[in-house]
Amino acid sequence: MQTIGDSLLSATRIDKVFPGAKALDKVDFHLRRGEVHALLGENGAGKSTLVKCLTGAYRRDGGTILLEGVEVDPRDTFNAQKLGIGTVYQEVNLLPNLTVAENLFLGRQPRRLGLVDVGAMNRQARALLENYELDLDVTRALDSYSVAIQQVVAIARAVDLSGKVLILDEPTASLDAHEVEMLFRIIRRLKARGLGIVFITHFLEQVYEISDRITVLRNGQLVGTRDTATLERRDLISMMIGRELAAEIRAAREEPDVTGPVRYRFKDYGRKGHISPFDLDVKAGEVVGIAGLLGSGRTETAEILFGAHRADSGTAEVDGKPVQLSSPRRAIAHRFGFCPEDRKTAGIVGDLSVRENIVLALQARRGWTRPISRTEQNRLADHYIRALDIRTADREKPIRLLSGGNQQKAILARWLATEPEFLILDEPTRGIDVGAHAEIVRLIEGLREKGMSLLVISSEIEELVAYSTRIVVLRDRQHVAALEGNRITADQIIEAIASANERGAA
Amino acid sequence: MTAILKSYALRLLPQIIALAAILLMVSFVFPGFFRLEIQNGRLYGSLIDILNRGAPVVLLAIGMTVVIATKGIDLSVGAVMAICGAVAASSITSGHSLAMTLVITLGTGILCGLWNGVLVAILDIQPIIATLVLMVAGRGIAQLVTEGAILTFNDPGLIFLGSGSFAWLPLPVIIWLVFGILVALIVRKTALGMLIEAIGINRQASTLSGVLTPVLLIAAYMLSGLCAAIAGIIAAADIKGADANNAGLWLELDAILAVVIGGTSLLGGRFSIAASVLGAIIIQSINTGILLSGFPPEFNLIIKAAIIVFILVLQSPPVRNAFTFVALLRASRKPTERQAR
Repeated sequence: MQTIGDSLLSATRIDKVFPGAKALDKVDFHLRRGEVHALLGENGAGKSTLVKCLTGAYRRDGGTILLEGVEVDPRDTFNAQKLGIGTVYQEVNLLPNLTVAENLFLGRQPRRLGLVDVGAMNRQARALLENYELDLDVTRALDSYSVAIQQVVAIARAVDLSGKVLILDEPTASLDAHEVEMLFRIIRRLKARGLGIVFITHFLEQVYEISDRITVLRNGQLVGTRDTATLERRDLISMMIGRELAAEIRAAREEPDVTGPVRYRFKDYGRKGHISPFDLDVKAGEVVGIAGLLGSGRTETAEILFGAHRADSGTAEVDGKPVQLSSPRRAIAHRFGFCPEDRKTAGIVGDLSVRENIVLALQARRGWTRPISRTEQNRLADHYIRALDIRTADREKPIRLLSGGNQQKAILARWLATEPEFLILDEPTRGIDVGAHAEIVRLIEGLREKGMSLLVISSEIEELVAYSTRIVVLRDRQHVAALEGNRITADQIIEAIASANERGAA
Repeated sequence: MTAILKSYALRLLPQIIALAAILLMVSFVFPGFFRLEIQNGRLYGSLIDILNRGAPVVLLAIGMTVVIATKGIDLSVGAVMAICGAVAASSITSGHSLAMTLVITLGTGILCGLWNGVLVAILDIQPIIATLVLMVAGRGIAQLVTEGAILTFNDPGLIFLGSGSFAWLPLPVIIWLVFGILVALIVRKTALGMLIEAIGINRQASTLSGVLTPVLLIAAYMLSGLCAAIAGIIAAADIKGADANNAGLWLELDAILAVVIGGTSLLGGRFSIAASVLGAIIIQSINTGILLSGFPPEFNLIIKAAIIVFILVLQSPPVRNAFTFVALLRASRKPTERQAR
């Protein structure tokens, strides 16, 4: 046990039971004053359940929580805030249409004669944000600022309200490298002020950069708490997934042999306002990686190739024959498949079962008059649930109840069931846990070896390096560079993104 | 197979219980409620009357279910009933044959559905607004067709559709039974049902998966128009005339209510045609029951509202969750989660 002196928040033997599942099983969690404590685990390990028990969003079924040595029992998030525990979620939960100042002081605006004293509120807001090296116009609407800034505003509000414990749930998921750096500077500053910070993320790099200690959960149980400095990355991963990953990232790439004919040829393909015209050839057994910063036109490239948006210039050829890819349906008829970036709004059909989600694209291609028999549906679903290791109670479970990684695998299964020949994956590993991440990377390699053509978009450069046979670099909605063979290294890609300006459109 | 049957039964259980309870209640205040007798080769009795009177709402509810499953709504069905009744009456009085009249009338209903479907699927207008257009304009169109009068007819064939009988049952009952079973079979034996549910739950994801979203959406509204046309013919044949002002008045709301009582969410997705048909029969049972029980008529609407609120409370998420929770507690004794390797 830690002494009261350095322990800020101390949760002991926390239990939480959901009908049919034990979400937390006697989990201990100790947060010290002035530390950044990473809370890690695969999806479904119990991270968010633990956080929700600490913030009162869930009532725990057992265990005690001590805050500065005093037993507390947060009834709801509001109560937890008053006690000193503040939370900032991945999706910023502020009001985008209100001003920055209003967001900071919502519900506690300074008043004069019963009316909100806007002047005082704006002054206080500016003063508050000075601590965060932000010079904002606090009278502008929150949504006129980037997600990163909104995140900092959310943190500022949480710290100002609570001031003892700050829980950050996936704060960096939608930030680019610069923004992450800014966020980390702020986290370090808050840490120096003596706050205890709980940091939940999927990015192991960031864990090593920012955290002092690491607590790992697995299947609702505590695996252990370690000092970051002495914990090897490999050991951490095996703590998280309970098995050694053969190789997290391929160290030495063996050059795959891609000398076949070009199967998919796009010439001057583009759409105004989305992506400048580009040329792209894809061979069989080739993985084309798309690299670039957020907003560089990566998703737009994928959408135009799949017909989600119609191209307004250029031509497309499949096996030498010109084709019209004016709708997803047309593209699917040419054996294209597309896993979109935003799983929730464009991928899963939440209330339908895992089985129905898996057969959806195949059924749509066959048309409604030729239903896939129930036996065949069951066979397909069971096959892919086994082959991709989709964790679900059974195939009839609504897909929205699955974790992100398992949803992603089910969407992949939906396309694999159509036996595609050209598969477009937009951020296939975003927001999913390490175990599923590695499985999807392996799957991409397996599909390539079978001769499928793939186009994969990812913001994780290491990942692109691991499986791409060619990399196309995007910037400002233009395809600006292509890297092949032994030029595919993280350094080269970063250099290409950075220096793309001088080269101009390629 | 038995598992599938069991899941159907479970799905319809709340509606069946509600219907049974209402019928039982009515039988207390109106003895002889369950009595059936055969006269002139057809069955007579209050139960048959409910099935017969309920025909328009049952038919509308069948189409409405499919539209609501796509996350839409069709407010125009009452007006389309009026249009189709008027078209049928004017066609038969101007000397067309019965077959021709039926083709013209059903075609008119389908055309009305096409209009709604194009507004919703192609022009992307919100369904409630898109169908409001025809709801308002429809009665005007019907009045134009009947030239402002109640257009009566005495073609025995057309009248037979509203008041004839076949196999001891009134013809409207036969019509909605056959049509309902037909639609349910088409929807469930083909992939149509699943694709419609997919569109209703997530239109974008469905389109990206290659589902022909606009075509299916238009088809849903066309089915609803067809249902309204059949209902319009029955309503007109029943009174031997087309009343542009009153035919199908407010029935769109009863149809929506029937779907809701049937447990299909207005947010789209999972649907059951059988449950909606039961919902429509429940509404008609309440109507008939109140009439039979001899309450002063001014109480009718309030009693109806009270019963419906009660049914809806039983189906509301909190009450449902309470039931599910009990069921889950029982189920949790056996391990459910597939063990992670």
